[in-house]
Amino acid sequence: MLAGAGLIFGLVMVLLLLAFRPRADTGDAGNVRVWVIGLGLAFPMVVLAALLAYGLVIGERLLPLASDDVVRVGAQGQLSTWSFTYADVPNRRTQDVLHIPAARPVDVSITTADVIHSFWVPRLAGKLDAIPGRTNILRIEADFPGTYHGVSAEFSGTGYDHFSFTVIAHDAEDWDAFLDEDIE
Amino acid sequence: MNALERHRKLTTIWASEKGFKGWFSTVNHTDLGRMFLVTAFFFFIIGGLLAMLIRVQLATPHSAFAGPEIYNQIFTMHGTIMMFLFAIPTFEGLAIYLLPKILGTRDLAFPRLTAYGYWCYAFGGSMMLIAMVFGIAPNGGWFMYPPLSSAIYSPGINTDFWLIGITFVEISAVAAAVEITVSILKYRAPGMSLDKMPIFAWYALITALMILTGFPPLILGSVLLEVERAFGFPFFQADLGGDSLLWQHLFWLFGHPEVYIIFLPAAGVISTILPVMCRTTLLGYGWIVAAALALAFLSFGLWVHHMFTTGIPHMGLAFFSAASTLVAVPTGVQIFAWIGTMWKGRPELRLPMLHLLGFFFTFVIGGLTGVMVAVVPFDWQAHDTAFITAHLHYVLFGGFVFPIFAGIYYWLPHVTGRRRFFRLGELAFALVFIGFHVTFLAMHWVGLLGQRRRIPTYAPEDGWTAINLISSVGSFVLAIGIGMILIDVILHVLTASRGRRNPWGAGTLEWAMPTPPLAYNFASLPHITSRDPLVDQPDLAVQLARGEGYLGTPRNTWRETLTVDIASGKPDMHVIYPSNTRLPILMSAVTGVFFVSLLLKFYWTVPVAVIGVTILVWRWVWGLGRGADLAPLPIGHGITLPNAGMTARSPGWWGSIFLLTANATFFGSLLFGFAFLWTVAPGWPPPVWFDPSMTELGAGLSGAIIGPIAMRLAKSVNSKGRSSITGATMSLFGAILVAVASAAMMWRTPSPVDHAYGATLFVLGGYGLFHAVLAMLMTSFLIARIVRGFTSAVRRAEFSIIGLWVDYTSVIGVLILLAAHLPGVLQ
Repeated sequence: MLAGAGLIFGLVMVLLLLAFRPRADTGDAGNVRVWVIGLGLAFPMVVLAALLAYGLVIGERLLPLASDDVVRVGAQGQLSTWSFTYADVPNRRTQDVLHIPAARPVDVSITTADVIHSFWVPRLAGKLDAIPGRTNILRIEADFPGTYHGVSAEFSGTGYDHFSFTVIAHDAEDWDAFLDEDIE
Repeated sequence: MNALERHRKLTTIWASEKGFKGWFSTVNHTDLGRMFLVTAFFFFIIGGLLAMLIRVQLATPHSAFAGPEIYNQIFTMHGTIMMFLFAIPTFEGLAIYLLPKILGTRDLAFPRLTAYGYWCYAFGGSMMLIAMVFGIAPNGGWFMYPPLSSAIYSPGINTDFWLIGITFVEISAVAAAVEITVSILKYRAPGMSLDKMPIFAWYALITALMILTGFPPLILGSVLLEVERAFGFPFFQADLGGDSLLWQHLFWLFGHPEVYIIFLPAAGVISTILPVMCRTTLLGYGWIVAAALALAFLSFGLWVHHMFTTGIPHMGLAFFSAASTLVAVPTGVQIFAWIGTMWKGRPELRLPMLHLLGFFFTFVIGGLTGVMVAVVPFDWQAHDTAFITAHLHYVLFGGFVFPIFAGIYYWLPHVTGRRRFFRLGELAFALVFIGFHVTFLAMHWVGLLGQRRRIPTYAPEDGWTAINLISSVGSFVLAIGIGMILIDVILHVLTASRGRRNPWGAGTLEWAMPTPPLAYNFASLPHITSRDPLVDQPDLAVQLARGEGYLGTPRNTWRETLTVDIASGKPDMHVIYPSNTRLPILMSAVTGVFFVSLLLKFYWTVPVAVIGVTILVWRWVWGLGRGADLAPLPIGHGITLPNAGMTARSPGWWGSIFLLTANATFFGSLLFGFAFLWTVAPGWPPPVWFDPSMTELGAGLSGAIIGPIAMRLAKSVNSKGRSSITGATMSLFGAILVAVASAAMMWRTPSPVDHAYGATLFVLGGYGLFHAVLAMLMTSFLIARIVRGFTSAVRRAEFSIIGLWVDYTSVIGVLILLAAHLPGVLQ
């Protein structure tokens, strides 16, 4: 996307520069065909159609499609803290730390207790908002065990800059231990 | 009469009061355009200083420069000021100053309305400044999302300043939009058909129509949110049947067209200046008009792309993503038509051209990053990061500020009649250009590294320190550059170096007059035969000064002009403008009392202000009447025209059409909100439904039928020269019935604080009641006119105007009553 944008930008700049070289007046009719219809209409349409198709395909891949090994967790934003619940361990609730298994798809049900927040773990997925009265579901997946930084990405007043949380992705063994309440 | 005598006579008729007193009573578009522009640039400087404070805060990690509470006010006010108090008023000021001159007439359609709009802007803007000085400025972001902006999470007066102050300022935007639309459609030089109109007028027309349909959703949203904050009506509270997403829809339904409302006037400036700088004509005039229209239509279909992360259904995402990328097509048409124009001509690197090149460079990058964020998966990452901040500054600074700087340097000789003396502008441009790109290229980068928007501090271990420092240094270079432009302009205004007329060799009519412009613009009005009149008739200015055009002989003490048929440009009405008056400033001050009373919750002064405005409006329109018929008047060249007050389609009728367009958009948004809550919001159905009443419904519906029929009767009786008092009185009776039914509906609606259903019905009823009372006042006004002998078979303009409002009241009255009663009747 960046390379394409760079090419288009370069093209426009070259065309601008070339306008300054001395030339004879060429009249309107041919110019309209080249500039307006060719470069103005046809060129963007082709580029955009390709880009849009690409975006839709990628978007499709990020959807929370049904799958057997999906793990379901809940994330509730509340001014200055996130609390997380786990479908597999109903009584378990963690504060500001979300535990997930690595290499398995995880569906996060995002809700809020007060104002609008946004759940964002940049390395695992895009962001999705927590809207009062609604539940939004985000599919995340960590390829490897480890610790991932997450932030709340919707302005929520003072304290917004420190409004963050951590996601810990466990390997299969540790995840079982977590489910058995061995890990705090 | 020679040219000098004509000039003296016209000056006595048209001049504003001398000295600063004249500012308060002027209704002249040149004065008011300049006042708008100076005020807008004052706010630009304030907004710029706030931006500097933001960059100081972010220059280093763990900055303690401003605490989070103050920082939130700073960035909220930066966005708010730049959008509402700089960009839109700059367009209004430019259009108000330029349009009558470029269209070859003497003033805009409604001179007193221009003044009223200016004072609403000045007073509303002052409210925002006062809030800032006292440290109680809005702090919820310029987008004011509830529930963060609701009474629970923002209990202070800060948010109220935003909702009430901005709504006050929006009066000026709507007033200017009505004015600009009617002026462009009707107030042109004879012979200027639509296809001969200067391209700037097309852009201004499209922008004005967008304001009329884009701003009402925001005004509605602000009204609803303020009612929620003040009286607890739960429009945006999910647990009581409201929905915070409704605000986002209303806000972005305004907010996205807003981007194009800002860009299109700048594109109009580019399309006007660029061909002049290249010694040629614009390539693809028709294509450019079509592209601008397409942009306007598309821009109303993409608001959801600001909400990609709110959990919109997947199909919706695909649709709005497609629409968002599609908008790049008409933009591309314009960009390439401009480059083609440059290829066609011989571009010269004069100062306005430098800024236009700055525009191309910056705006193309902004457009390309815009296409990137239209791709949904990318947006899910980039949304609410500094990348978006950088993108929108490339679009708005590139697409608005650079072209406006070009416009300033292009039209400055016109405003002052002087020549640039010092060559500060070139250096200033270089600093602005370099400073801007250093600041915001860095911001793209840090955004991709994950820095969120609107954070007051970050930690050194985030790794953003160096980039932020570079960005801050760049912003100070930019600020120095803008400071130098300011100094350059001030020096230009102060140094007496007379310039020659039409220094750029332009073809448009604003240069066919002495500079600085005279109060009456043209001593006589030209006849237009082409798109570039000054190219075909180089001595047009002299001919007009000699009185060889239309209306060359001053009559009585009238400020005269004429209007034309919209499409063909054939003259169709003779117009007499009102003269200098303090009525507009007085009325906007009383309007201000209304808004300040709401802000401070002094509810007992609200009715006082409402009555005050009513009395002033009554005086305002009463003064337009005539006690006797006016025979058709000769305007020169053997043409005789009827006076506007003696026609059925007077300027007031056209103004009402477009004001009602905005009004209908407001009402449509309200119905949309009702349907949205009903179908989408959690917390429905409501605990109690409205109890339908056949008596109320019947009374309201019969009133809605009687009103328009009686009004038509009055009109037709009047045209036969008989007394129309019976019809007018019957129409008044119809309006009273609608008012009673609406009031009863408000009275009996389920408690509006318990559920959004009752709250919405209450507001719908209030809207109906307001319009019914308005129709009552208007029909009473008509009765007073008839009784005092101000109407006749010839003097009939007011019947058509009031008829429009009566019809509108009936339509919305019926819809409102059905919305309330029908669900109950059906169950």
